[in-house]
Amino acid sequence: MKIDRRKFLKLASCTGIGLGLSAADIFKDTVEASSGHSAVSTAATRYAMVVDVRKLQTAEEYQRIVSACNKIHNIPTLIPEKDDIKHEIKWIWNDTYGHAFPDQVNYYHPEAFKQKLFPLLCNHCDHPPCVRVCPTKATFKRPDGIVQQDMHRCIGCRFCMAACPYGSRSFNFVDPRPYIEDKNPEYPTRTMGVVEKCTFCSERLEKGQQPACAEASNGALVFGNLNDPESEVRKILKSNFSLQRKPELGTMPSVFYVIGGEEYAG
Amino acid sequence: MLDKALKGGKKYWTLVIILAAMSGVGVLTYLQQLKYGLGITGMSRDVSWGFYISQFTFLVGVAASAVMLVIPYYLHHFKKFSKIVILGEFLAVAAVTMCMLFIFVDMGQPMRIMNVFLYPTPNSILFWDATVLSGYLLLNITIGWATLHAEKRGTAPASWVKPLIYLSIPWAVSIHTVTAFLYAGLPGRHFWLTAIMAARFLASAFSGGPALLIILALIVRKNTKFDPGKEPIQAVAKIVTYAMIANVFFILLEIFTAFYSNIPGHMHAFEYLFAGIEGHAKLVPLMWTSVVCAVISLFLLIPYKFRENETLLIIACITVFISLWIDKGFGLVIGGFVPNHFGTVTEYWPTAKESLITLGIWSIGFLVLTILYKVAISVREELGTAKSEY
Ligand code: SF4
Ligand code: SF4
Ligand code: SF4
Repeated sequence: MKIDRRKFLKLASCTGIGLGLSAADIFKDTVEASSGHSAVSTAATRYAMVVDVRKLQTAEEYQRIVSACNKIHNIPTLIPEKDDIKHEIKWIWNDTYGHAFPDQVNYYHPEAFKQKLFPLLCNHCDHPPCVRVCPTKATFKRPDGIVQQDMHRCIGCRFCMAACPYGSRSFNFVDPRPYIEDKNPEYPTRTMGVVEKCTFCSERLEKGQQPACAEASNGALVFGNLNDPESEVRKILKSNFSLQRKPELGTMPSVFYVIGGEEYAG
Repeated sequence: MLDKALKGGKKYWTLVIILAAMSGVGVLTYLQQLKYGLGITGMSRDVSWGFYISQFTFLVGVAASAVMLVIPYYLHHFKKFSKIVILGEFLAVAAVTMCMLFIFVDMGQPMRIMNVFLYPTPNSILFWDATVLSGYLLLNITIGWATLHAEKRGTAPASWVKPLIYLSIPWAVSIHTVTAFLYAGLPGRHFWLTAIMAARFLASAFSGGPALLIILALIVRKNTKFDPGKEPIQAVAKIVTYAMIANVFFILLEIFTAFYSNIPGHMHAFEYLFAGIEGHAKLVPLMWTSVVCAVISLFLLIPYKFRENETLLIIACITVFISLWIDKGFGLVIGGFVPNHFGTVTEYWPTAKESLITLGIWSIGFLVLTILYKVAISVREELGTAKSEY
């Protein structure tokens, strides 16, 4: 079966099916998806985040995570309220289960669970649609799995925003600089007209630091290498039931949610 | 031949000045957008494409529809189209010009637009769209100009023109197919994720474009010596009729799939567009206008007795145009974004400035069209061949 498909791909790419796209590229997703998770990124490193929402209780704890990111990444949080819903920039934010997992809701979830908040951020998908559609490679996937954004190349076409099924991306509809609360001189600010999103704190990883949100989370957000069987993220995933957002879309998110159960039953 | 555009009567110059003034307003408003950002539009984090991209989508259809004249004339030697085919080719030129301008004004960083070609990315449909659109523009300018030039000298077009004409046929289909692929390949956007998208695009293009062409041809006939002929107009009307039937049929197929399957994601956009969700219903009146126009147009188009009457035909063409403009130039793009990925509703409505820029681009397009039509008509008036014998 597998061999047949490979043969087909080879043939297809030789005949140049599909506007000169390499057919292997087009069908790659299909092949990998149908042969299960084993065919996902086999790189030495694939960064991932496990969010254990059981460990997040107070509003303050939730806020601390978001603020940590906002602060060091110069997120313009002061955009006037009337424009907020339109022009908001966010890399990480909290939302309810129903909004985070709209396709996995049932009427009988415990009320407490329905109210429970989930920190949402870019999933650094293994098969990122945002990367697939970008006409300039301004958004690209690094070998370590981080989906990165080049703010100097981005033309602001917002195709990636249409393509990301998680609403992870924000566009600078206006100049963000006047709306930054405390500028962090060590991190670049952005110009108007470009798209941005969570970078898994690539700038901090370079220095051997943990992502800022994970650091501020008291262990609720754990960051690590998904392709290392000994990593902490793998250990947590091995011993707990976890969810990914919209797994049916084949994007293979690298952010996992451990939800627990009993504590909501009351 | 361009000198023909400089000599014209009062009517011509009034039209040119009005269009130029409206273009000017558009350009000035665009300068504001350049300074302040796309924040002057109604777009948002949730509805990240709006009027600009939807006009672009609609106009790609208008551009592609030239092929509905080129195929009968050049492939089937349908001589009756000999006068009208140039109107189609020049309409395509104007439409593609507008398409490119709409893409340009939609960019957050327009100065970097060449990045699309500096870092060619074959896996991005937008890259292909930019490529095929540029090609189509060149093809139609070249073909239109070369055939007109030959006609002026009373010779047959140069031998290299024919292959270009044949090439333009699949090329026209490709521009609209690729444009449909911008939408139809995105995971999680149920409204767009449909295999029938490209077919729907072509059907609506092949009715909306020729409908506009009939309107234009009749305007031209009324105001100049140029007459594309009665029979050719009726032939185009037939194309409009069948394409419109196909278009409505395709939409009904979508509605069946969404509602019979009862899958919420597939129904939501239709619910939002035609009924509103939780009181969010800004697009509902527009969408129903589109439906009513579609029904009226079919009622006037299908019985041939009605469409043979040119007054009724004009009404039919106007209703086709309005119906499709709303459906594609509004509902299709916005519907794909509402509700958003969290199941909540952020509505979109174009702002005044956004509408002025949009109007400005339409004016530039019609200015280009007016000038090109003027040249074509003057050439034929001088030759004494402005009247079709059909
Ligand atoms: S979550 Fe969205 S932005 Fe992030 S990698 Fe996936 S598709 Fe791209
Ligand atoms: S907005 Fe920027 S990152 Fe997104 S698709 Fe366009 S060029 Fe790429
Ligand atoms: S990983 Fe870094 S960039 Fe991403 S949300 Fe956390 S703090 Fe922000």
